[in-house]
Formats: sequence, C-alpha cells, structure tokens
Amino acid sequence: MNVAPLGLAAARLPAGVPAQRAQVSSGQFLTACRLAWEQRAQLVALWASDERDRRRGFCVRVALEDRDGLMVLEHWLPGEDSRYPDLTPIFPAANRMQRSTYDLMGIGAEADDQRPWLWMASWPIDRFPLRRDFEASPLWEPGQEEYDFVRVEGDGVHEIPVGPVHAGIIEPGHFRFQIVGEKVLRLEERLGYTHKGVEKRFEAMTLGEGAKLAGRISGDSTVAYAWAYAQAVESIAEIVVPPRAAWLRALCLERERLANHLGDLGALGNDGGFAFGLAQFSLLREDLLRANHAAFGHRLLMDAVVPGGVARDLEIVQALAMREHANRLRAEIAELRGIYDEHAGLQDRFRNCGAVGAELAGRLGMQGLAARASGIGRDLRCDFPCAPYDALGVNIATAANGDVAARVAVRFDEALESLRLIEAITAQLLDPALARDVALPLPDAPEQRLGIGYVEGWRGPVLVALETGPGATIRRCHPHDPSWSNWPAIEHAVIGNIVPDFPLINKSFNLSYSGHDL
Amino acid sequence: MYHVLRQILRTGIRTEAPPAPAPEDVVAARLHEDILRILGRALTIRYVDAGSCNGCELEAQALGNPYYNVEGLGIRFVASPRHADALMVSGPVSKHMAIALRRTWNAAPDPKLVIAIGECACGRGIHSGNYATLDRVSSVIPVDVEVPGCPPSPTALLQGILAAIARPGAQAIPNERAVP
Ligand code: SF4
Repeated sequence: MNVAPLGLAAARLPAGVPAQRAQVSSGQFLTACRLAWEQRAQLVALWASDERDRRRGFCVRVALEDRDGLMVLEHWLPGEDSRYPDLTPIFPAANRMQRSTYDLMGIGAEADDQRPWLWMASWPIDRFPLRRDFEASPLWEPGQEEYDFVRVEGDGVHEIPVGPVHAGIIEPGHFRFQIVGEKVLRLEERLGYTHKGVEKRFEAMTLGEGAKLAGRISGDSTVAYAWAYAQAVESIAEIVVPPRAAWLRALCLERERLANHLGDLGALGNDGGFAFGLAQFSLLREDLLRANHAAFGHRLLMDAVVPGGVARDLEIVQALAMREHANRLRAEIAELRGIYDEHAGLQDRFRNCGAVGAELAGRLGMQGLAARASGIGRDLRCDFPCAPYDALGVNIATAANGDVAARVAVRFDEALESLRLIEAITAQLLDPALARDVALPLPDAPEQRLGIGYVEGWRGPVLVALETGPGATIRRCHPHDPSWSNWPAIEHAVIGNIVPDFPLINKSFNLSYSGHDL
Repeated sequence: MYHVLRQILRTGIRTEAPPAPAPEDVVAARLHEDILRILGRALTIRYVDAGSCNGCELEAQALGNPYYNVEGLGIRFVASPRHADALMVSGPVSKHMAIALRRTWNAAPDPKLVIAIGECACGRGIHSGNYATLDRVSSVIPVDVEVPGCPPSPTALLQGILAAIARPGAQAIPNERAVP
C-alpha cells in the first residue's frame, strides 16, 4: 500500500512477506484505513502494546493486507484515557478485535459497542492483563457475566441458547439463536470461553521457548503457528533457514492442511447424514497421522518447526513412503469425491446451505478457505510465496457459491493439491544434491524489534507479531487467527436457514475457538 | 449406491488391521479385550473442553475412527451430561469455563467417573495456571484418572478409559445402572 499521498513515511518491516510500517495520527488513522479499503486491502489484525515503561504510552497497531503485502499502521496514545478511532465502519471485523484490545489492555476505541468480548468476570473489570504492571491475585474467583445479547421481538419469535459445552467432541462457545418456527432470524455468537492468557504467557518466555507455545495456540494449526512464529524470529534476526528446512516446513504444513481437510470432509458427510463418509475419511486421516508420527515423532506435528529450521530431518525411507502414500491417497480421495458428488441426499444438504456471496464476503473481510469458497481468490502461498512455495507454484482453489457445497469443493481441491505438493516436496528431499542441514543456530536477536510472521494455514492466513526484549526474550507477542475475521460471517451465513442446518454450516467453516480466544 | 458398497467392501474391517498390525493396533486390540471384559456393556461419556488448544479434541475424536472403534465397545460420547457415566475433560480449565465444567459435573448422575486428558488437564501443561486458567481439572472437580500427553494419543486415551473403569469401586458404575 502506498501511503505517500497521505504524507506518511513508510519504513520497511522485517517479515516473512513484503511488509511496511507507518506511524499515523488519529486523523490519518481513519484516512489511511479508508484509502486501504478503496485499494481493496483487508484488515488482518489489530492489537495493542503497553509502552509506558518507555514513556510512550500505548501503541495500537493495525495490519492490513493488499496486493503489495502487509502495511502495519501504528498509532500512539499518550495515556490510558485516550481513545483511538473506531474502525468498524470501514472494517466490520475490527469490532471484536477492538473490544478484546480493551478487555486485555484497557485501551478503547471510540465505538458504540463497548460490550466486553474476552472478559467474563474472571478478573476485575478495571484490571488489564496485558499491561506490564498487571498482577493476578489468587483471590479472583472464576466468574460469569450477564452478556447483553441483541434480542429480536415479535410474534412467534423465540430464543435458543446453545453452549458453551457442546454435544460432541468440539471446542466450547455460546450461540444464541432467535428463531421463528425452524427458521433462524438471527444468530449471535459469544466466544472467549477458552481464553487462557496466551499473550501474557509469551512475555515470560525466551524466543526459543516461545516456539512451543506458538505450536499450542490452536492444535489443528500447530505447524502454521510455529512457522509464522519462526518466521517472525528469523525476520528480526535476519537469517534465512537452510533450503532443506524450508522444504520440510512446507511438507509439514501441507500434511497439516491435508489432515484437517480429510477430517472435515468426513465430519461434513456425517453432519449431512452420511456416516459412511466419516468412517472412510477418518481412516485416511488416521493413516496420515500415524505416518506423521513415524516420520516426525508427533501425530499432529507439534514442535516440528523451530526458529532457525526444523527439529529433525526426514529419513529416506519415510520420504519414499510418503510419496507412495500420496499416490494411493489421491485415488482414494477421488473415489470418495465421486461418491459425495453423486449422493443426492448429501448434495441436497450441501447446496444453497449457509451461503455467503462474494460481495458480502468482501465487505466482511473474510479470509482463507471460507473466503476462497466465496470467490475471493487470496492465498499467501500464491500471492506472496515464501521459500519453498516460490519454487512450487501452488494452484489456488476457489469456488463461487459460498455455500457448504462450495466449502466442501474447495477442501477436495486443496487436499488433492496438497498431495501434489507433497510429492513434489519429497522429490526435492530425496535429491542427493540438496544439502543436509536442517537448522541454523539462533543468533542473538536484537532487542526492541518488531517482526511479523505470516503463513497460510489450512484455515487461512495466520499472523504472528513479535517484539523482542533484552537477552533473546519476548517483549510482546500477538498471534492472530483468521477465525477473527470469519466468525462474524457465520452469523450471516445462517440467516434464513433452519436450525438443524447450523451444525453443518458451522462445520463447513470449522473455525478456531482457541486460536481466537487466546 | 453401488460405489458406496464397493468402497465399503474394498475398505473391509479395519478395527484390527490385518495382516501386519502396526504396534498401535496390537495395543488397541488388547485394550479392546480388556475393556470388553471389565465393562461388558455400555459406557457413556460427556466430553468437556475446558480451555484446551484443541489438540486434545482431535485425538479424542480419533477414538471414533474404525481403527479404535470405541462405539464397537459400547463406549459412546453423548450429548447431555444427564446421560453420562463419565466425563472426559481436556484443558487447564480456563476460568471462563470453570463454572460450566462444574455445572456439567453436577448434572451428571452419581456415581460418575472423571477422566482428565492431556498435560494441561493434568497440571503440567503449557497453559496450566495463570491469571486466566486454573492449575488442572482436579482443582475444580474430583478426577479419577489423569492421562498425560500433549496431546495423548488415542491409544493412551483408551488406556485412560480402561484405567478409570478398572479402578476398585469404579467397576460397579455401569453395571449397577444397567439393572432394570
Ligand atoms: S495438553 Fe497439549 S494438546 Fe492438550 S490442550 Fe494442552 S497444549 Fe493442547
């Protein structure tokens, strides 16, 4: 994004993708966001830092992505009473990010919606965990607050509360439906139940230790987070990992994508009333996880990616086995796709269900897989390919309708593409010409530097904004999940659908609670 | 339909993966026998994620795949605590989930078993004990068995279920309730 017309000076920002930063005043903040919106930029993340120990008040940062890469706008606030402009008229997804920033940092936007989002009465409302002088008291009891849901009034309208504990083995969250008969008039989400203080925990860690935590922000995206974190560290330290490490990272990331798509395709069949799909796909997923364990020592690939490279190399027999397995899996998936496509009952449930059109998806700022299923062709692996994706040439998968069927189709396409990539990557790893080192020692990263990692996980782009402290420690770390931008879209997707279709619609997005609640 | 049947036939029964079982399968098969011997009938479990990172859920979900096939043992994950013989709980217990967890536990009929899964739930996890989380599941409700692992593998979870039902005194639970 070119901010020169606004009279702003942009500086280079160390990151895994092309990135810049620019300081903005209160007035410039909104103008810059509006300009960004006009240039088709999307809001990626909003977070704040406590800089009072440096006598600089607080800093609110907004990361925007457009064709040129990332632009991080930085707005300084002199004290805790100052407010920053409300960005929701431009970027609706900013709403929950702004509210969470207040809950954790005590810095608010000039917005109408001042309801808490991550705060639930488990600590005093006037204490802010991410402030540097925050001290938790053992006397604070877990609480429960009365959340101010929006109600729909009218004849025959009633309300169904669901959660936080759900039927089945899934994460917790609360959903409030307003319905007439079977039809959903309105859905309001209440998330935050899995808030576990991830950002605060980072601040007690060294850069090395942080990798382990990054890999446990959202278990299904452990590789994406660990890679984004590693990218942030490496950008600050100005090191480039050995080529073999880059190939191994991509191998892990594609296997993570594949495992999640296989799991979701099975679960979606099941939610559509076709248990056969679950049995078949869960077998394929299990085979994949067992092979992960054999090759990398962990079924979900936790701790495989570390700053500087990867934790271990792949043995030749494992590489050969993976290549052969990918080949078999392709035939299996193609067979199952044919069965799904021809199953009238399933297609009846999938089509026109939970639709979000391209126009709405763009306005809401949807990201990743769900956005691609609504016709928004963005994928970091294609748009800003880092090594080794620049050498792989990923084919983007999109669909037009934005319904459950479209999200299923994108998963099938991406699963098959991941198999192609896995074959291409293993071929590289088996090439004797590729040097064998898989990690660099971590040099002393300079302190007080901001670096960004930005990686296309299976759900969408995962961002890690990292600031270093003295002696290779973490001063501040904000991990950001694409679910922030996609959760609000589900509230739109269910309108006009029937209540029993909600589980199917929700699963077709399969958003993260933990990655969002932090 | 033809394709479905052909695929089912082609897939065969995988619950004890012949001909050369992976080590996991051998353990799983032995656990199956033990669970069947001790339990002999249905066990219903209510699953509660009390602030996990979702890694533990992925492995608990895997218990339902045809390799581990817990449904074949009469173990079912149910949609209400009122139908549950046991709770399976993951996560360090985020403070925001503490009340919901306690209510779920209260809603499950006595006697009941609690299986805490994952390092976080056992009090050694990366998320245990800070301003937003409690130390472990047993800080909130009584726990019968803790299953370590980050996350525990499905095999470890099966062992945890077995350990819970094989505990002295615990065995009576499902049997007692099966009496009409
Ligand atoms: S034990 Fe590990 S996998 Fe389970 S919730 Fe904790 S960090 Fe996640």
